[in-house]
Amino acid sequence: MDFATSEQPVSGTAEDGLPERTPLSASTTQGLKIVVVGGFGVGKTTMVSSVSDIRPLNTEETMTQAGEGIDDLSAVRGKTTTTIAFDFGRISLNERTVLYLFGAPGQERFWFLWNRLFSGTLGAVVLVDTRRLADSWYAIDRLEHHGTPFIVARNDFGGPEHTTEQIRDALDLPESVPLINCDARSRESSKEVLITLVDYLYALSAGHVHRP
Amino acid sequence: MSGPDRPDRPGRTSRSAREESPDRLYTVTGGRSHSDPKEFDLVTLVVSECSPTITMQSEHAAILRICQSPTAVVELAADLDLPISIVRILLGDLLSSGRITARHPRSTATDTASSLPDPDVLKQVLVGLRNL
Repeated sequence: MDFATSEQPVSGTAEDGLPERTPLSASTTQGLKIVVVGGFGVGKTTMVSSVSDIRPLNTEETMTQAGEGIDDLSAVRGKTTTTIAFDFGRISLNERTVLYLFGAPGQERFWFLWNRLFSGTLGAVVLVDTRRLADSWYAIDRLEHHGTPFIVARNDFGGPEHTTEQIRDALDLPESVPLINCDARSRESSKEVLITLVDYLYALSAGHVHRP
Repeated sequence: MSGPDRPDRPGRTSRSAREESPDRLYTVTGGRSHSDPKEFDLVTLVVSECSPTITMQSEHAAILRICQSPTAVVELAADLDLPISIVRILLGDLLSSGRITARHPRSTATDTASSLPDPDVLKQVLVGLRNL
């Protein structure tokens, strides 16, 4: 089995200077986004890669900040620049709509760029590793702060068994927020995670479920 | 507050060309560094309305070549190996001169934090996902 990692960005171009991947249909008019947030090594890129039509691509955003925290790269260069790298893939849902899936790092400085990158996102999946649950606290807090609806998916690393109740407790997650187990390497399982998120968003937007 | 085990830095070590050459970015945009995120969302689809010409700046020409098929802003950034904000500036140039058109996402809920996606859009996404 092929395990995709974020260490292998793809930006291959063919001889004619065009990207080596299937272009979107000319009739595509609507782009949507879902963000998979999680700590380092939790399987974000693996999940994106499992369901994406294309091999995940990698890009970055930079932001110059005035006196907002210290960044080790900037100390060297004498500038305060935050650079956030992220992976993404896409799924063509029909001839008009394409869904982009972003794998985003959950750490502190990333959230300065949230609005700039992910405003208008349908929702988020917080991917967690039960061996490092604390990594997810900050992400959950920030998503709540930004008013972005999310579900939590526990990527199964075969570690010690925790019941979903234990995980829910540890994350202080309201009952109404879906929490599911998944295997980010599996296309079916990753698909199920996305369906669970969109089902939840639908229930929220139709007023069947109230926001926590 | 940082968690008990500090996550690794997100910066890459293998592909640092962009980070090492601020001069290049400066040149690409003619010194401009501000872009309006509202103008080009990450998933705004860009379509060329003309062919590149020889006199064009190479990045502009590359965008016009790639966008013969609709291409999202974020894909362009990955293809051009440039940060999103720089690509937004380049796209602004091409848009104002009528060389590209932009298909914006329908619901750009930029300021209403509590707004939820349109149920019809969500239904469409569910059908699409189930058919995968």
